[in-house]
Amino acid sequence: MTEVLSAPHSMEFPYTRSTGPMVGAFLTGLRDRRVLGVRDSAGRVVVPPPEYDAGTAAVLPADELIEVASEGVVTSWSWNPKPRLGQPFEQPFAWVLVQLDGADTGLLHALDAPRDAIRTGMRVRIRWAEEPVGFIKDIACFEPAP
Amino acid sequence: MTAEPITGIVTPIRLDYTYTPGTSPSQFLRGMKEGRILGRRCPSCAKVYVPPRGGCPMCGVEFAEEVRVADTGTLVTFAVVNVNFANRVIDLPYVSGEVRFDGSDTTSMVLVQGIPVDQVRMGMRVKAHWLPRDEWDFTFANIDYVEPLDEPDADYESYKEFV
Amino acid sequence: MRDVAVVSFAQSATRRDQTRNEVEILLPVLREAMAPTGLTTHDIGFTCSGSSDYLAGQAFAFVSALDAVGPWPPIQESHVEMDGAWALYEAWVRLQHGDIDTALVYAFGKSSPGDVARVLSLQLDPYVTGPLWPDAISLAALQARAFLEAGHDEKDLARVVARSRRNAVGNPHAQLSGDIDEATLLDEPLYADPLRMHDCPPISDGAAVVVLAAGDKARELCERPAWIRGIDHRIDVQALGSRDLSQSASTRLAGEKAGVGGRADLAELHAPFSHQELIVAEALGLDETATSINPSGGALASNPVMVAGLVRIGEAARRLSAGEGERAVAHATSGPALQQNLVCVLEATS
Repeated sequence: MTEVLSAPHSMEFPYTRSTGPMVGAFLTGLRDRRVLGVRDSAGRVVVPPPEYDAGTAAVLPADELIEVASEGVVTSWSWNPKPRLGQPFEQPFAWVLVQLDGADTGLLHALDAPRDAIRTGMRVRIRWAEEPVGFIKDIACFEPAP
Repeated sequence: MTAEPITGIVTPIRLDYTYTPGTSPSQFLRGMKEGRILGRRCPSCAKVYVPPRGGCPMCGVEFAEEVRVADTGTLVTFAVVNVNFANRVIDLPYVSGEVRFDGSDTTSMVLVQGIPVDQVRMGMRVKAHWLPRDEWDFTFANIDYVEPLDEPDADYESYKEFV
Repeated sequence: MRDVAVVSFAQSATRRDQTRNEVEILLPVLREAMAPTGLTTHDIGFTCSGSSDYLAGQAFAFVSALDAVGPWPPIQESHVEMDGAWALYEAWVRLQHGDIDTALVYAFGKSSPGDVARVLSLQLDPYVTGPLWPDAISLAALQARAFLEAGHDEKDLARVVARSRRNAVGNPHAQLSGDIDEATLLDEPLYADPLRMHDCPPISDGAAVVVLAAGDKARELCERPAWIRGIDHRIDVQALGSRDLSQSASTRLAGEKAGVGGRADLAELHAPFSHQELIVAEALGLDETATSINPSGGALASNPVMVAGLVRIGEAARRLSAGEGERAVAHATSGPALQQNLVCVLEATS
């Protein structure tokens, strides 16, 4: 059998995105080490804040954001045995959904904790990047709360 | 440190693949490695495709036999390029042309050299100029450019369907 | 509504296919699907395909895939950057216009050239989730944990996998099959905790083709057409942390609108991860004791991305046409952790 011809092929897109008022306000908050959410029509505080209400499609108020805590509770988690390019850690780590105190929804990010210490319901807090710039990676990861 | 609100972010993406060309294109690339232009014939309309991809795009059928195509052909149309693309190191202006290699029913985009830009003509007969043999790889780029043949221009009727 | 039926279906074997390109995979499948109908490309009223350029990293791959159809002189066609099940939905809508009687639907995808779990990150919101590059396996595992902790057992997942492997033994197109018991599966180590490797789908390249026809045309082309009695698709809110991952509200609603009514002789559910089959079956009110679930082995046995959803509809229809039942439910999903769901109810009678 003839050997299969193959070649490496990479695609790169340097996307620049306009954030709009809602995402922009959320990211501006992160730069100040504050996490902001918005109250939806069902009365839930949603973090990160969506631009439109999931239930009614109404525009949600970007100028009435609510600050929530930088500490909260793990609502689900999974172990990532094979970290991939661009992910928060190069070593195996956990993904978590965290409901921050004051929020009613989960925020997805990585958790820096040993696998056998991780439980749904555990208390975690944000570890901030050393120099926040207004990006989701201003949250470096979550870590167990003391 | 700025206090301006965030209005935009940069989110670059990069995806890495291992590309495999498929059966017919692989055959074409193996031919190029040996200095031969290999096309494949459609069993339905009898057209020869260079390079062949998956099947005849007109008839929607799998290709039949392999056909060796000449490295001489007719320049069916061309453009004079006055602006350089990134990474392209060719003296400006240059001519980029579509050549129908003799025996093929498709055209290929190639660089035209060996003639002043203002003397290039549609219908001009050309021949492939190959890179030195020890530089041949699995690529159409083994044909460095085409240059004029000392032959009369082809009659327009003979190549008009390719323009 | 105009009665529309699946009158023919074909699919490729699935595997990592390094030797053939998309068109070369698609061509024999198209020929196989068209043959029993006696139709040619130019007898078809409308052609619609589903695929994703990101899978193999080739821009406008769907245009070159049209080569397989033989689209000259130009045909009426369309494309969705989605699983082919959504292309079938578009074709079904197109047939409702009433001016054409047949449609060709196809899907193709090669997951093997790239890292498909990472490629699928591009389906995420690109502002606050995408930059973290969460892969499809990790997100499915987050969902699996939510499902398990809502009162389910990992034995349920093993049962799904064992049945998939067993059913796939009879499916020549499947990639993973075999007789393996649940205890052996549970002895395997956790991979993307709480998922084991076998709870995740294989990497598959493949293609599938469905021919649809309306009314008398369907009866003319097929002895026992599989009639589409209802079809609907719905989507859940994008943020993964804003929905209950242990359930699928969009599947439930699509199932209600399509008229599932908890009744089916067989069901083909597009669940690339084991727990997802249980979530979808629950949302559709399907009971394993009354309905044969994934008799083909489903997406756990073979998961050509962008194709596997269309295969569910094709498999369900094929089995009805072959007399394996009178009523079937087919489901397709797209996006992370069952983001979007399409449900199709099919019936066939002699």
